[in-house]
Amino acid sequence: MSLDLPLIWAGIIATAVLLYVLLDGFDLGIGILFPFAASPQERDVMMDSIAPVWDGNETWLVLGGGGLFAAFPFAYSALMPALYLPVILMLLALILRGVAFEFRHHGRTRGKAFWTAAFAGGSIAATLAQGLVLGGFIQGVTLEGRAFAGGPFDWLTPYSLLVAVGLLAGYTLLGATYLIWRTEGELQVRARRWAWISAGATAALLAVVSVATLLAHPRIAARWGFENGAFDLATLAPLAPIPLLGLVGLGVVILGIRRAHQATSLMGAYLVFLSGYIGLAVGFFPNIVPYDMDFRQAANADNALGLMLVGVVILLPAILGYTAWVYWLFRGKVGSGDAGYH
Amino acid sequence: MELDALILSRLQFAFTIAFHIIFPSFTIGLASFLAVLEGLWLITRNEAFKALYLFWVKIFAISFGMGVVSGVVLSYQLGTNWSVFSAVASPVIGPLLAFEVLTAFFLEASFLGVMLFGWKKVGPGLHFAATTLVAIGTLISAFWIISANSWMQHPTGFTTLADGTLRAVDWWQVIFSPTFPERFAHMALAAYLTTALVVGAASAWRILRRWGQDGPQDEEASRLALRMAIGMFAIVAPLQLLVGDLSGKDVLRVQPAKLAAIEAFWETRTEQPFHIAAWPDRAAEGNRFELSIPKLGSLITAGSASAEVKGLKAFAPEDRPPVFIVFWSFRVMVGLGLLMIGLGAWGVWLLWRTRGPEYSKPFLRAAVAMGPAGFVAVIAGWVVAEVGRQPYVIYGVLRTADAVSPVGAGQVSASLLAFMVIYAVIFSVGVLYILRLIAEGPETPPQEVDEPPGNPLAAGTKGAAP
Repeated sequence: MSLDLPLIWAGIIATAVLLYVLLDGFDLGIGILFPFAASPQERDVMMDSIAPVWDGNETWLVLGGGGLFAAFPFAYSALMPALYLPVILMLLALILRGVAFEFRHHGRTRGKAFWTAAFAGGSIAATLAQGLVLGGFIQGVTLEGRAFAGGPFDWLTPYSLLVAVGLLAGYTLLGATYLIWRTEGELQVRARRWAWISAGATAALLAVVSVATLLAHPRIAARWGFENGAFDLATLAPLAPIPLLGLVGLGVVILGIRRAHQATSLMGAYLVFLSGYIGLAVGFFPNIVPYDMDFRQAANADNALGLMLVGVVILLPAILGYTAWVYWLFRGKVGSGDAGYH
Repeated sequence: MELDALILSRLQFAFTIAFHIIFPSFTIGLASFLAVLEGLWLITRNEAFKALYLFWVKIFAISFGMGVVSGVVLSYQLGTNWSVFSAVASPVIGPLLAFEVLTAFFLEASFLGVMLFGWKKVGPGLHFAATTLVAIGTLISAFWIISANSWMQHPTGFTTLADGTLRAVDWWQVIFSPTFPERFAHMALAAYLTTALVVGAASAWRILRRWGQDGPQDEEASRLALRMAIGMFAIVAPLQLLVGDLSGKDVLRVQPAKLAAIEAFWETRTEQPFHIAAWPDRAAEGNRFELSIPKLGSLITAGSASAEVKGLKAFAPEDRPPVFIVFWSFRVMVGLGLLMIGLGAWGVWLLWRTRGPEYSKPFLRAAVAMGPAGFVAVIAGWVVAEVGRQPYVIYGVLRTADAVSPVGAGQVSASLLAFMVIYAVIFSVGVLYILRLIAEGPETPPQEVDEPPGNPLAAGTKGAAP
């Protein structure tokens, strides 16, 4: 029996990162929307809607980082030094917003105000940092052999800043549509308005980022059939379903917001993210460190990948099972007036 | 000393991991304590157990949250600051850390939500199961991380390839490397002791604060918790001394240079003296000052006064660990451990011979003073283990100096400074909030007395499934 272990692991890591974005995306989005809430009570409800699940959602980030270390050590040891400052910024921001879940309940007047600000500021900073990491990743990393050989600010370009702002809009959309699902009354009305604005911003920025990517990164453009000013329909046609998926997602978002129907708008936003995610993957697969290291060169030893695959096959269904159970347990609309177990 | 990326990265790793370890070493024990409390409540229906559970679970939530966020940092810092180590060692310890995420982190995170917010959503049996799963998760997490650390301290079951990276040849020897059982037992007991000391101190403080004219007030929950803590001191502290000694024998066998640093032995000889205090000086290759008991050093470390024990001069200067910090950290750890044993013996004597420990103000004050001792001992113990294995990050295989990332000193100083500022803020605020909760005590029920507190979803639940 011979399994293509590096390929399987590329799929596992890609899934972990996608799940992180989809799940923690709405957590961060709620933090981004925090300053726009009408009252402290509304903020309590917003936070309570994610309090039982945010920790599990963030664990996918640990699986993404830890999994990259364990499955693709050469990618991990090239990317992390290359993206040193935005990664550290992300970690510090996640710390501030993570402790805010508890600290906000225990603070008195000034303490509570401080941790409210920390939750919002941390969420915004973490999102921008993730956008900068993504932008820096798409731009490509300078390697010498298998090690990073670039400068400390290689990741900082107008392009990466644009990606960061785009991700900010996208996570806001996830947060707003999650709130449409989980809240009711005035807060839901407000969430719908936030969703309209952020859906527009997300659509516009996604389009701008896509065009910028094609213009600024010829290697990605070539994958999409754009080369030397001409474009090749035969290359583009099979990929057309990907942007189409994004458009369908946008339609579902609009439908979901109009009817304020359950999780419909959130699912639409998920389709938009999925379209962007696959669209990016088309641009650099099989590279795992664009554009000089593919996932096979970066992969760990087969015996390590094999051992871990046994673990994943046994444990991942269990993890997905109890995660789904926890979401099911805490289903329904979040009310105000009951501030948790505090 | 020049502040280059290497020394700054070492400082940053030491700082972030020392900060992080404070929380797991408390929450591992506290999760088990909560599971025991909830189990006892379910069996006896004694409301004091429930009051204690509802009280300590709030402190658990704060500490666990701080542990989670400071732990995420570590899973990325291996790459940002130690990329060469990551590339070299991942084929061997990568799976261990991946298994930690898969077996422990998801379990803890998911059932923590049920534990904190699920009172009205699940029955008491399922809630107890959630608490127990969180407790098991904390121990599984410790299992993998100590497994990885034990392998780095004494690597076995691997081979080195031509490109310098490592390969596992025997996973059993990697995961259960020879020093792992002692190290894991030592860490788990340390966590239980740390928690017991905090619980004991909080209960004693509570009783002292509400001291009436005729002695302690009726504080059933605090008395109960104090007695449980004394039981833990009395059993775990002496056991820890035995396990620690076993671990020390491992060090003698597999890391003789570390042992020489721990004891500040310079010459290789039989009948090594035991230094109660000393001023080790690496430049002079000797102790500037020492207060010693003859022959006892050989007896303690090797089991016989006539045994020959290696001194630091047996190792090339570039292979010697820092001595001063290792020697003194070890003495801090052991000294505190002996005080813990003393506190346990005192408590047992009070239980056995008097009306009870809650009537002895000196004992209560001692218990309060010993509250932070577990944290100090844990950090001191880790300094012994991690500084003592220098200059290696993987003992005998990879030097720390060769493991660092190709990053500049500027970036690392910026990140180190940012970590220090933010950790200082969240540490002081977290401790403040925990102390405030402890001051309120378990006898001050929140709004509801007869019902466990609710959860944020209770008010408006419509049961709408996705």
